[in-house]
Amino acid sequence: MRSDLWGDILQLSAEHLLLVLNAMVFAIAIGVPLGIYLTRHRAARPWLLGFSNIMQTIPSLALFGFLIPIPFIGGIGKRTVIVALVLYALLPILRNTLVGILGVEAAVCESAIAMGMTDGQLLRQVQIPLAAPTIMAGIRVATVTTIGTATIAAAIGGGGLGVFIFRGVASVDTVQILAGAVPAALIALAADWGLGWVERKLSSV
Amino acid sequence: MALVEFRDVSYEIARRPILRELSLKVEAGETLVLLGRSGSGKTTALKMINGMLFPTKGQVLVDGRSTTEWDPIRLRRRIGYVIQEVGLFPHFTVGDNVGLVPKLEGWSAPDIETRVNLLLDKVGMPPAEFRSRYPRQLSGGQRQRVGVARALAADPPVLLFDEPFGALDPVMRLELQRQLLALRQDFQKTSIFVTHDVREALLLGNNIALLSEGRLDVMAPPREFRQAQSDEARAFLAVLDN
Repeated sequence: MRSDLWGDILQLSAEHLLLVLNAMVFAIAIGVPLGIYLTRHRAARPWLLGFSNIMQTIPSLALFGFLIPIPFIGGIGKRTVIVALVLYALLPILRNTLVGILGVEAAVCESAIAMGMTDGQLLRQVQIPLAAPTIMAGIRVATVTTIGTATIAAAIGGGGLGVFIFRGVASVDTVQILAGAVPAALIALAADWGLGWVERKLSSV
Repeated sequence: MALVEFRDVSYEIARRPILRELSLKVEAGETLVLLGRSGSGKTTALKMINGMLFPTKGQVLVDGRSTTEWDPIRLRRRIGYVIQEVGLFPHFTVGDNVGLVPKLEGWSAPDIETRVNLLLDKVGMPPAEFRSRYPRQLSGGQRQRVGVARALAADPPVLLFDEPFGALDPVMRLELQRQLLALRQDFQKTSIFVTHDVREALLLGNNIALLSEGRLDVMAPPREFRQAQSDEARAFLAVLDN
């Protein structure tokens, strides 16, 4: 029984990690380019930031509920969970990309333009490298929150460490709850530390 | 033919006039100082030369061609630009900062290195000591020396200066002004220099254009400028009597 529990913890942790990893890859692939787009298109800012703000305010259990009936992205299972996690992770990444790039010293951007850099060169050689620590901070915050939120995945059959927690709550079994909560917390701490290290590396340049 | 020419240039933002029918010429090899109070339009005029801003009316000609007809990237790479805040790239070394435009222009690595070393020497920053440092490791005066070297890097025929020494202490300012005069001997450049300091204008300019509320008030070489009789010119020259 005991060794069985350890095996389950390992397997569900791996499943959990995979959910988070999948969600973060999509969230970064959407959030960073969208944030860059917003630095060039001021008019779109209130719309996109507003949308991702609203997404954050929807309770996660309710969001899963809303997604289930939607064709293609909805239904029961991992895909729905990943869609929901991406929607949650979007705001911090989007906002930090925008703020990081807009926060690059005006005189630096002005000289870059005045020296004849194209917009792409300005972006790649100046704005993204200088905004990298801020963008990374957004990714870190989004990852840590996603690791926590992903525990709710179990509610709609998405698996992960939430399976323990829901099972434990249903059977009033503290050991089961801890078997889900403690590894989730440890993964979150490790991610925070690891991504924080990357962030510091980026800002030391 | 004048290298830079303003033809009846007006510029307004939200119907507020910044420049009014400004006409002037800068001949090749000359240093024109745009002198004026804050808000007189001198920085706006400067930014029209490298196509950072465009006239609402009139034309700015560089090499005889309107800035609106130039490809802005090509135009800017032919014009060096030095600003008060310097604007060095904090994540680039001194050497990479200076070599930036040559690199954008596709020079070979050895050519860039030779050029960077030459220019750092010329601005009094021995390359062996400084080229691998980062801007944050330099004093304000050293940063602006690098800023001047960067502007000269791709050997542009025209240089623009926007109060480049305004943030420096008086001793450092004088040192850099002298250095600029020396550089002018070495590199025959056409320069447009914005300042509100009449002493600096008299020291550096072959020609001084005094702007007042977006209009050209007086334009004269330093010796004649000292005798100028307009109210605005006399207000500026009164500074010298103290």
